Amino acid sequence: MDSELMPHFYVFVLATFLGLELIRHVSPLLHTPLMSLTNAISAIAVVGSILIAAEQKTTFSTVLGTMAVTASTINIVGGYLITYRILRMFKKREPRKQ
Amino acid sequence: MNENLILIVYLASAGCFILALKWLSSVPTARRGVIIGIVGMLLAVGGTLLKSEVVEGGFASYQWILVAFVIGSIIGVPMALMPMTAVPQRTALSHSFGALAAALVGTAEYYLQTSDLSHFVMAALGIEVLLGFLTFTASLMAFGKLQEILPTRPITYRGQNVVNISLLAVAVALVIALIVSPGQTYLFPIVMVLSLVFGVLLIIPIGGADMPTVISLLNSYAGLSAAAMGFVLDNRLLIIAGALDGSSGFILSIIMCRAMNRSFTNVLFGAFGQLQVSPAGAAVDRLAHSATAEEAAALLESANSVMIVPGYGMAVAQAQHSVRDLFDVLTKRGVEVTFAIHPVAGRMPGHMNVLLAEADIPYDKLLEMEEANAELPQTDVALVIGANDVTNPAARHDTNSPIYGMPILDVDKAQTVMVIKRSLNPGFAGIENELYFMDKTLMLFGDAKTFTRELVKELLGDRA
Repeated sequence: MDSELMPHFYVFVLATFLGLELIRHVSPLLHTPLMSLTNAISAIAVVGSILIAAEQKTTFSTVLGTMAVTASTINIVGGYLITYRILRMFKKREPRKQ
Repeated sequence: MNENLILIVYLASAGCFILALKWLSSVPTARRGVIIGIVGMLLAVGGTLLKSEVVEGGFASYQWILVAFVIGSIIGVPMALMPMTAVPQRTALSHSFGALAAALVGTAEYYLQTSDLSHFVMAALGIEVLLGFLTFTASLMAFGKLQEILPTRPITYRGQNVVNISLLAVAVALVIALIVSPGQTYLFPIVMVLSLVFGVLLIIPIGGADMPTVISLLNSYAGLSAAAMGFVLDNRLLIIAGALDGSSGFILSIIMCRAMNRSFTNVLFGAFGQLQVSPAGAAVDRLAHSATAEEAAALLESANSVMIVPGYGMAVAQAQHSVRDLFDVLTKRGVEVTFAIHPVAGRMPGHMNVLLAEADIPYDKLLEMEEANAELPQTDVALVIGANDVTNPAARHDTNSPIYGMPILDVDKAQTVMVIKRSLNPGFAGIENELYFMDKTLMLFGDAKTFTRELVKELLGDRA
């Protein structure tokens, strides 16, 4: 195996453990916003998508890249917005209505 | 821009994502978590747009990206403005977009680099494409079931598991063949098609009640395919963000499985809610006590503490705002009102909390299962609205019950139990609930929303 790829494995394994540790401490109250936030974060695929779309090596790759940027953008915009909307609803004291 | 500088920007972005998850752990800091998450994403996108490959392309490069940003935003914003009851569907749909992006990038990479793919990169690419395409169709199927475009009942046929597993085995075998010799381009489209088909077949036998687990699992897959993309593109930011997402979905699916006392294999291959046949005629000679809104209101009013146990039935009946009115009336009269939330109440992890928060119920009144069970023996009235199996005491003692061993809310330990329900019909699993036939249980027959409103009316009327 390529030894130069070993650092990637270290990063992957450490990030997974860090993720497990961080998520374990998230209150069950917030599991829905947690999922919409991680969903937005996993739209990090936009980085690869932009590169493919921008390099314009073949028409085929440019089309796929542009589609991928679109799909990722939907998740970035939608994911952060809905997470924020959900969190705004969590209030401690009941607001005086009417 | 200097490539080293971009690497530093990426590192900062990864740090932001880690902080975002850390701050999301509790409500007071959660909004800060979203903001830092946005900062992380802006850094990642900004850094990428300044990379030399992109800048060299000039306007031609940017125009398509700009078009994609605009289209993505036009679709993304309305998707974020859906009502809270639709959040599970929205989440499933966005998992499919995330997975699609990873799969498309993987496909493009494969055809661009076919000749100089190393075995290792081909392995990562194979995982990216396999997970990406199967998660794409599986999430679309989950969306269809949650949106009720597709039948929510599990669909099973003889030999289903054999078909599914062999299909996956063939796809994996082809990926291995590609790893051995990446140049076999004719194999790649076959892998794509098999993954797409497998995603569909995977969800067909899964029922509506298992959706919380399935959504979490798909969340994990979407993250892992992004991490695999990081290996292909030699980009550690992708690996970190993908791994964080992957571990998050993984933990949530374990929590969901535990809350239903089931294993992954059982969720994916068990087709819950189809196979159990409830023993016929068991309930014929049993009698349930029922009460009117007036009687129930009198009991609620004289109670010191009331614990409301909401289930998905409450959301289906759109009763959460009436429940909030009930909460208000009782609280004003000095009754201590809390809510007991079972981990699988709702259609995705934490969904019930969001629905109640939307109805303006303060989040410090929402109790997790363990807290609720500690308090139930000292509770005067447990009011069950639209929940069923998660309150069935059979899960504790009846070894023959299909839900035996599932953690439940011990509402039967409260002084008095009230259940708002349309009829005595069993729930999704077709299991008789012995709670309904206990001496301390009062059945309040009716629609959740209508009955709650009647209760509120009675309570308000008393005062006038």
